[in-house]
Amino acid sequence: MSKAINIITSTIVPLHNENVDTDQIIPARFLKATSRDGFGKNLFRDWRYENDNEATPKKDFVLNNALYAGKILVAGKNFGCGSSREHAAWAIKDAGFDVVVSSFFADIFKNNALNNFLLPVVVSDEFLNRIFEAVENNPSTELTVNLGEQSITLNETRATETFDINNYKKTCLLNGFDDIDYLLNIKPEIETYEKEHFN
Amino acid sequence: MDTATTNKDAQGTPLGAGGHTLFDKIWNKHIVKTIEGGPSVLYIDKHLIHEVTSPQAFAGLDKRGIKVFRPKQIVATADHNVPTLNQHLPIKEELSRLQVEALTTNCANHGVELYGLGHPYQGIVHVIGPELGFTQPGMTIVCGDSHTSTHGAFGAIAFGIGTSEVEMVMATQCLLQSKPKLMRINVEGELNEGVVSKDIVLYIISLISASGATGYAVEFAGSAIKRLSMEARMTICNMSIEMGARCGLIAPDETTFSYIKGREFAPKGEEWDKKLAYWKTLFSDADAKFDTEITIDAKDIEPMITYGTNPGMGIGVSQHIPALAEVEAKEQASYEKALQYMGLEAGSNIKGQKVDYVFIGSCTNSRIEDLRMVASFVQGKQKASGVEVWIVPGSKQVEAQAIAEGLDKVFEIAGFQLRQPGCSACLGMNEDKIPAGKYCISTSNRNFEGRQGPNARTLLASPLTAAAAAITGVVSDVRELI
Repeated sequence: MSKAINIITSTIVPLHNENVDTDQIIPARFLKATSRDGFGKNLFRDWRYENDNEATPKKDFVLNNALYAGKILVAGKNFGCGSSREHAAWAIKDAGFDVVVSSFFADIFKNNALNNFLLPVVVSDEFLNRIFEAVENNPSTELTVNLGEQSITLNETRATETFDINNYKKTCLLNGFDDIDYLLNIKPEIETYEKEHFN
Repeated sequence: MDTATTNKDAQGTPLGAGGHTLFDKIWNKHIVKTIEGGPSVLYIDKHLIHEVTSPQAFAGLDKRGIKVFRPKQIVATADHNVPTLNQHLPIKEELSRLQVEALTTNCANHGVELYGLGHPYQGIVHVIGPELGFTQPGMTIVCGDSHTSTHGAFGAIAFGIGTSEVEMVMATQCLLQSKPKLMRINVEGELNEGVVSKDIVLYIISLISASGATGYAVEFAGSAIKRLSMEARMTICNMSIEMGARCGLIAPDETTFSYIKGREFAPKGEEWDKKLAYWKTLFSDADAKFDTEITIDAKDIEPMITYGTNPGMGIGVSQHIPALAEVEAKEQASYEKALQYMGLEAGSNIKGQKVDYVFIGSCTNSRIEDLRMVASFVQGKQKASGVEVWIVPGSKQVEAQAIAEGLDKVFEIAGFQLRQPGCSACLGMNEDKIPAGKYCISTSNRNFEGRQGPNARTLLASPLTAAAAAITGVVSDVRELI
C-alpha cells in the first residue's frame, strides 16, 4: 500500500480545544509498546473515557459523538505541544486521520506528523473559525485538502485558502518517500563530511 | 544545487567575519549539504537514547538489515519508566520491564554503550549527558525527548526528535532540518532573594506563553544568566521547549569550561587545549542579528508558581490567579476549562492553596545543587503532616553525592523520601503517580492535564518553593520563610 497522499476529501472531526498537548493525544502510560501499531485506540484516552474505562465513554467528547467522523481532524491553535513522542502522530494516523488542520502547530509534532504521512495543514485563525462554524451548522460538512495545489477548501461554500509546505517535504508526501531513504543514499557524502568535521 | 558550507554561512560570508549568532556558528559547521528549496542535512555529533522512544527505531534498522552507523556517538540509559524504589529487583510492571529489556538487547546488538539500571552512571538522560562530559559546547545533540534542549546550556544546538528521526540518526548520523528563526532573551540585573533559575524560566514562559517561541531557537543571555551556575543554566534551557522553542542555548564561558574539565568524556591533554580554543569562539558577535529580541529586568521576577494546565499559566507566588475579566475573551473558554480541571477559582490567591504531594526531581531540577538547595532550606525542619514528599535524584552519581554530603540524613529527619534515579512522577510512566484530584507541587516541567497521573493537579515551581510547601503544607512564599 502506498503511503503517498495528494487529494483528501472528507468530513471533519472538530476539536475546539487550544494547546492540545501530546499528553492528551496519547498519555505517557500508553508509551510502553515496542512497535508502532495500535496506538489509535488510546487516542485522547483521558478525554474520551471516564475513569480510564472504555465501557464509560464521555458523551460530550467529539470522538464519542456519532455525528462526527472523517479523515480530517481540525483543532485549535498550538496543536501537538509538549513532548517529542512520535506516538502522538502514530495514534492520530492509526485512528484513521490523514490530515490535521490547525492555525498553529508545535514544531516537533509537525515533523513527526510529516514523517508519518499525516499532513499538518496550517490555516489562518479566520479560516479555522469558518471551518468550525461550518461543521457546527452541518456536521456532514466536507473539506478538500489538495497537497499538489497546497489548497484547503470548504466544499459547500468553496471558501478556500492556500497553505505552506516546503518543496522537499511536499515531494516526499506526494510520492511516498521517507527522509531516511534520502539520507541513506547520500552516505558517501556524509562520510566525506565527517573526515573534515573531525579533523 | 548543493552547497557545502563548512566555513561559510549561507550567504557565503566567512565565519569569524562578524555578524553571526552563536546558533549560526554551530549550525553552519554541521551542514553536510542543503537541498534547494528544502531542508539542510544536519550532522549530529551526539545522540542520547532511552527505552521509550528507541525500540521502534532499532526495529526499523533491523527491518532494513542495517546496523547503527556510529555507535560510539550514542549513549543509552533507562530512565523513563524505571521504578524509583528497589531498583535491584526485577521491574514489576511487565510492559516497562519488556521495554527496558528491549533496550538492553538492542544496545548489545548494535554496540551502543548502555548505562542501565544498577550501573553507577545510570540516570535521567539529560542529567547524565552533562555530568559525564558527553555534552560539550559547539556540538549538535539530539535525543528522542523534547527536554534535550537542556544540553543547550553548554552552547550546543540540542533538540528533541521523534522516533523516525531517532532511526535516521542511528542509520546516518544526520537529520533533515530547516533552520529555525532566532530569538535572544536577555535577563539583566540582580535576582531577588528566594528567586532561582526555575523562577526565571517560568517567568519568561508566563510572559511569552507556551507557544511564544515556537519556530525559534532561543539564546538566553544577559548579566543574570551569566552569573548562573551550569546546573541553573540547564534548568532554563530545559524548559525552552515549554515556550515552544526548537532549542535553547547559552554561550559557553569559564563557568562552562570549568564544569566540563575532568569529566569522563571531556577532552584531555592537547585535545582539551584545541577544543577550548574553539569553544572560546562560540558567542554571538556584537553585530549579530536576531529575528526577535526581548530584555527582562531580573528585579521583576519573584518566586513563581503555575496554576493552570500549561506552563505559560504561571504567576508570582504573591499574586492572584487572573480573574476571568483579565483574560482575553477568546481565551476564556480554555481558561475556565483549565481552572475547572485544577479545582482553582479565578481571581483567588494561590498562596495558601493546600498541597498533598511534593515532587522534587525530573530533568529540570534533580541535580546536586537542587538537592543542596532543598536540604539547606529544610535543615532542622519537619514536613507538614498529610504531605507526601518524594525526592528523586537525577542520576546514580547525584544520589551518591547527596549521600556523601549527608543530605539523605537531612531529608530523613524532615520526613522526605529520598528515592532512586529516574523520570518518576514528572510523567508517571512508572508507579510514581499522583492520585486523581490531588495537588502536587512539582519541580518538573509540565502541568498538562493528567501528566502526573489521570486527573492529578500539578503546580510547577522551583525546588525552594516546593520545599517551602513541603514544610507548611500549603503554597507559601519562600521569602517569608528564609
